[in-house]
Amino acid sequence: MELICPAGTPAALRAAVGAGADAVYCGFRDETNARNFPGLNFSHEELRSGIAHAHAHGVKVLVAINTFARAGALDLWRRAVDAAVGAGADALIVADVGVLDYAARRHPDQRLHVSVQAAAANPDAIDFYVKAFGVRRVVLPRVLSVAEIAAIVREVGCETEVFVFGGLCVMEEGRCSLSSYATGQSPNMNGVCSPASHVHYREQDGELISRLGAFTVNKFSAGEPAGYPTLCKGRFQTAHATGYLFEDPVSLDATAMLPALRKAGVTALKIEGRQRGRAYIERVVRNFRTRLAELDDGVPAPLDDLVALTEGQSTTAGAYRKSWR
Amino acid sequence: MQLTLGPVLYNWQPGQWRDFYFRIAEEAPVDVVAIGEVVCSKRSPFFAGHMPAVIERLAACGKQVVLGSLILVSLQRERRQMAELAANTDFMVEANDLSCLGALADRPHAIGPFVNVYNEAAAAYFAGRGARRICLPPELPLDSIRTIATALCDVTTEVFAFGRLPLAISARCYHARLHKLSKDNCRFICEQDPDGLPVATLDGEPFLAMNGVQTMSHACANLLGEAGALAAAGVRALRLSPQQCDMVAVARIFRDVIDGSRTYEDGMRQLSRVYPDVPFANGFVHGEPGAAFIADKAGASLRARRPQAGGAMR
Repeated sequence: MELICPAGTPAALRAAVGAGADAVYCGFRDETNARNFPGLNFSHEELRSGIAHAHAHGVKVLVAINTFARAGALDLWRRAVDAAVGAGADALIVADVGVLDYAARRHPDQRLHVSVQAAAANPDAIDFYVKAFGVRRVVLPRVLSVAEIAAIVREVGCETEVFVFGGLCVMEEGRCSLSSYATGQSPNMNGVCSPASHVHYREQDGELISRLGAFTVNKFSAGEPAGYPTLCKGRFQTAHATGYLFEDPVSLDATAMLPALRKAGVTALKIEGRQRGRAYIERVVRNFRTRLAELDDGVPAPLDDLVALTEGQSTTAGAYRKSWR
Repeated sequence: MQLTLGPVLYNWQPGQWRDFYFRIAEEAPVDVVAIGEVVCSKRSPFFAGHMPAVIERLAACGKQVVLGSLILVSLQRERRQMAELAANTDFMVEANDLSCLGALADRPHAIGPFVNVYNEAAAAYFAGRGARRICLPPELPLDSIRTIATALCDVTTEVFAFGRLPLAISARCYHARLHKLSKDNCRFICEQDPDGLPVATLDGEPFLAMNGVQTMSHACANLLGEAGALAAAGVRALRLSPQQCDMVAVARIFRDVIDGSRTYEDGMRQLSRVYPDVPFANGFVHGEPGAAFIADKAGASLRARRPQAGGAMR
């Protein structure tokens, strides 16, 4: 299985390449990619030199152009497609049907991957993208169990890629407007979720209150570690219970599922985290490289405990285990 | 301007569901009725028996019936259901994800608000494959709506104009999780909340509403005040999404205000009476947080025009 690693900066790209990535994915420094955070991402020139560096080490570069193009501003997304192709990207990761249509027509030889943001969750939807745009791979949404993934792999006419580590969307990706309901900014339109620009912390009566836009997302008592107020991982109340009603502040770690994912026939494993620093990337990539070698050789290797690196310092196998639902 | 009644998104009792549609058929001034379970496939068997009679009544009363597909299709059983739905040639199918688009290719169909049509290129792509109606995602601002509607004059562009906003879909059932049940053995607990289960912040401020695997807004979308601006932007239908309130009255208020036979101010007063205790929201269309209600913008285009008998925006 290929190991697909995040790079939010040229330094992270080099770290991922050095740590054993088979491919690195990154995006341009604008709203065309779903990690449109300040200080992140690549200029066109940085992408060109990043691709040259990766290719010199036998590593592929996948360029994420995976937000939904703003009406009336399609040129920005089309230019991103042209620039990525011109820079020698090994594949483009695209979510928007309008952008896919452009890329497939304008660059018929360019390898296209369906972004997780496209929410292609079953063979019929995937088949649509294969037939319509000739896509070669689909990144599966984090809503599927391993058994469902295996069934999809058997049936579809393209490769599959799944997330194995990092941030975990609880809602189906590309179909969530929680962030824009509170802040006006969404993953689909702006490439951000629960953006830092709308986060406020304040102390009141010995509690630390985290707010997103006009809404309280969590409260922490003294000494309790305070997480980032991602909406779906906040604490809320109902008449029945109060707490993490949608998801605990956990990250995805599917290390334990690697043998099953390989058996399912998955082509590639993806690590989330283009917003993460190079030290994180290096350690996580190296760990998964070791796990994959262990899987190939059948020889157990020493475990690097990655839990301390994760959001909320706790992990879940998410939807890969059916009981998560 | 047409009015479309969106599908019931909640788990209503089958008898209530049937009677709701019978009354809509007879009394509501809506042009199109989208029908069918789009949120959770486990719910559909309960009212499947009523479906033929409801469709027949709606059609007999002159409503265009549109059959909605599931938002999230992952089980084999769901795929078979969607294939059967797409094979129906008597009524237009409204695709709420791309799963049944292959089967609908080149046949006239509708695209629902759960398909990501954010720009004129995506809209044109779907129109080129047979989409005749496109209900845009609720989070789109007016500029985007205008660009898409203007570019696609052959397609009926529709906007989500009333009802709790569907904000997210998940594989996980939050109703079941809240009640410490597994999704497979959920006991259909979501039927206890036919208008959504209120979710408040830790300050006690109402925020969201759970609806099984779907997360809705607490606030109720209300674009009554934007109807004129939307019509001017090329929008040809407004979607009213069923809540536990008098939806016939809601449809009449929208119809009257659009036709100019009722003032915007009176329409808003009436809507607040018909669906009390839930704040209205119009933020998305103004490019603001979706929960916001921008009062000074709402109604601007309508206040400028005095009530009149004719249907200027029709």
